[in-house]
Amino acid sequence: MRGVFATYLLPRDLHPAAWWVWALGLAVAASRTTNPWLLLTIVAVACYVVVSRRTDAPWALAFRIYLYLGLVIIAVRVFFRIVFGGAEGSTIVLSLPEIPLPAWAAGIRLFGDVSAESLLGGLYDGLRLATMVICLGAANALANPKRLLKAMPPALYEVGTAVIVALSVFPQLAESVLRVRQARKLRGGASGKRFRALHAIIIPVLEDALDRSLRLAASMDSRGYGRAGRVEARARLFTGTLMIVGLLGVCVGVYATLDGSTPRFLAGPVLFTGVAIALVGFRLAGKRVKRTRYRPDRWRLAEVVVALSGIAVAVVLFASSSVDPTNLNPSLIDLSWPLLSWVPLAGVLFGVLPSFLTPPPLPPFAEQETQSTEPERVAA
Amino acid sequence: MIELDHVGFWYHGQTDPVLEDITLSIGEGELVLLAGRTGAGKSTLLGTINGLVPHFTGGHLAGSVTVDGVATSSRPPREFAHLVGMVGQDPLAGFVTDTVEEELAYGMEQLGLAPQVMRRRVEETLDLLGIADLRRRALRALSGGQQQRVAIGSVLTTHPRILVLDEPTSALDPTAAEDVLATLARLVQDLGTTVVMAEHRMERVIPFADRMIYVPGDGSVIDGTPAEVLELTPIAPPIVQLGRLAGWQPLPMSVRDARRRAGALRPRLAASPQRTEPVAGPPVLTSSGVVVRYGPTVAVRGVDLDLHGGKVMAIMGRNGSGKSSLLWALQGSGPRQAGTVRVDGADPHELSSAKARKLVGLVPQTASDLLYLETVAAECAAADIESDAEPGHCRALLDRLAPGVDAEKHPRDLSEGQRLALVLAVQLSAAPRIMLLDEPTRGLDYTAKTALGRMIAGLAEEGRAVVVATHDVEFVATVADRVIVMAEGEIVSDGPAVEVLGSSPAFAPQVTKVLGPDWLTVADVETAIRQGVS
Repeated sequence: MRGVFATYLLPRDLHPAAWWVWALGLAVAASRTTNPWLLLTIVAVACYVVVSRRTDAPWALAFRIYLYLGLVIIAVRVFFRIVFGGAEGSTIVLSLPEIPLPAWAAGIRLFGDVSAESLLGGLYDGLRLATMVICLGAANALANPKRLLKAMPPALYEVGTAVIVALSVFPQLAESVLRVRQARKLRGGASGKRFRALHAIIIPVLEDALDRSLRLAASMDSRGYGRAGRVEARARLFTGTLMIVGLLGVCVGVYATLDGSTPRFLAGPVLFTGVAIALVGFRLAGKRVKRTRYRPDRWRLAEVVVALSGIAVAVVLFASSSVDPTNLNPSLIDLSWPLLSWVPLAGVLFGVLPSFLTPPPLPPFAEQETQSTEPERVAA
Repeated sequence: MIELDHVGFWYHGQTDPVLEDITLSIGEGELVLLAGRTGAGKSTLLGTINGLVPHFTGGHLAGSVTVDGVATSSRPPREFAHLVGMVGQDPLAGFVTDTVEEELAYGMEQLGLAPQVMRRRVEETLDLLGIADLRRRALRALSGGQQQRVAIGSVLTTHPRILVLDEPTSALDPTAAEDVLATLARLVQDLGTTVVMAEHRMERVIPFADRMIYVPGDGSVIDGTPAEVLELTPIAPPIVQLGRLAGWQPLPMSVRDARRRAGALRPRLAASPQRTEPVAGPPVLTSSGVVVRYGPTVAVRGVDLDLHGGKVMAIMGRNGSGKSSLLWALQGSGPRQAGTVRVDGADPHELSSAKARKLVGLVPQTASDLLYLETVAAECAAADIESDAEPGHCRALLDRLAPGVDAEKHPRDLSEGQRLALVLAVQLSAAPRIMLLDEPTRGLDYTAKTALGRMIAGLAEEGRAVVVATHDVEFVATVADRVIVMAEGEIVSDGPAVEVLGSSPAFAPQVTKVLGPDWLTVADVETAIRQGVS
């Protein structure tokens, strides 16, 4: 038993999709409530898991930016309540002079009285949105975005490669802009007109980018990119048609399901046939691809644990909203401290399970090995 | 293995062909060195081997190229991926993924190899190239030598029978270059891979090469063993020049060959070269305690350095040892966290960039970053305005550095050497007394390097202080009066060129390795022989 557990906890990178399911579960849960205590608990859960399971990779270090983004969202929401009228409710906390607007802008109010209720409403609303953004940031920090692209079905491989190449262009572009701007300083810097200065930066940067993309294309071509993907035109047309018809069916089906006024036969049946046709198309397209994948991420028990913990959070909040909606969406009419009930809180705490029930990530460098052999050599 | 039959190549609309009527046959397990001036058609010739030329570059290919019995005209380059591994000049530009392991696997994924095979070959290749400890590292964070080895490894995993490399060591420090070359020699020895590589600094490759193809630039090639070809070529590494001077037959190809014959040469030499130490005046630039750091990494760690007018100083050291950061900090436009820099009683960092460049000029590593206009004439005119010089000043400087550059040409169409001269002229138009050059020899052939050496000597004669950061030992031996070696942001040795270069096996030029620490260049030996005769 202990051996099984030790094997389970061997350091490895989890399947990126597992982290995304977990994070989306938290985000969906956050969308069901405006209770600040619950929302803050969700943020805390996300932060805790990120801190305990992230690597030193650059995308993982960007999590802080999502936290700042969340603060900005809250501030903007509250600020808008002040600017565009917030007089719903009786407790006026701030009296600003109202700016009269012409008749064509009727219905829009600028400044004027601000009530505590509407400020609170803005705060709750902003907090909910911020929590959802932070959950997505957590997924981004825990799952390598490039590995997620690699995990796409083989039929979408080309798209995945294009996205990966595009992603790596941005840091390169930023690098060459920096380099050229520094070089610009060597020629006397920003002297002359603005347009001239811009021209002096853009031309070398674009030249650089074009050069580099040509070299990348040559390198990819000579390393066999696109060689296994050659399919006859007729087969390609067939799979393409299947996929497009299938996706159209999915669109119609989703629309019909959400809009109650459309005929029912457009909802369920069309949706399911659409999904089925699209899946067949993907399958066929994927079968023709003779490319293989190096060390694909596997879906094992730990991935199931992560995904289930996220889904559990969402399910509990869905279930409890039908039982006790008031505590999930605190009243804005009478001002009081929002209450917190045990069921949703316990549900949210499911989300923290991955921080100790999953194997830790692999360190980015294999430095530990060299360190451990060092003392032996000294001893010898 | 590779057969070229009456191959010619030209771009549409150009009168001169790049290659003309070339017939070659390269056998299995050969290591072939391709040499020639920049723009002579080396890269084009390499590109024909897997069909990148003309499938990718355009242009017209006459004759036929067959690789392992398959004509390259019949299929696109990707169909040769399992046969020919192609490594470009800039490894970073060719990387598709972002970690070492994935990059090694990329080619195999395209060929559709079984997962177990891929796993095994990745492990084997990591060991073969000695990069196992880098497997999970990000490619961008590796040093130049490591990147080059990963680039070689990434094509080796598909087990190609031919490896084609375009200047694999041009950006590497001497030690990293030795590593890469040793790896290649091992591939030829152990795996029987055919290696075809173009290289400017042939002194390092010649000992390994079985065969040499010289591309003079008129479309033809000269083919033979290195010893045969080097008899005929105008460009040659120092050791061959030494052999020619001493009249050795056959020409020595390695330091060992030359050393064994040097005994007969020594009596013919007069006393070892006298190097008159010019009396140093007051320093034109003083700096102390310079610190440059980027976040947690320290690039320059408390360096004190004085520069004197009329002297050429070389900064050496492995990639990432802080050479560039030091130059940028001295110029004033780079970051500097601590320490002082004084030029004419002013700190260039505190002056506006227009004023700073009148005190200290810098030619950065990618010199073309400074150029942004459509013609040479426009660049010169812009430089005159930027430097408040009278019109025509920059052009006059350019004519002195590199006569006969066409004013209507686009700067990108100039040769590497001419473009460097243009950037140098642009920077000199501000009349700085100190000129800093960061890796100016990158991509220059022997002829261009000699020209650059003359330019630098000219600047020093005018009383300017010149600093050159470079990996090129032979170049340092010809131009520098003083050499400093940096490691981990500190100066580890500092002294006259003859002392620093002569005492270190890693930095010793070939002539020093043959004749002993007093001798740096072939020119030294030539003067000594003449004195000995007279």
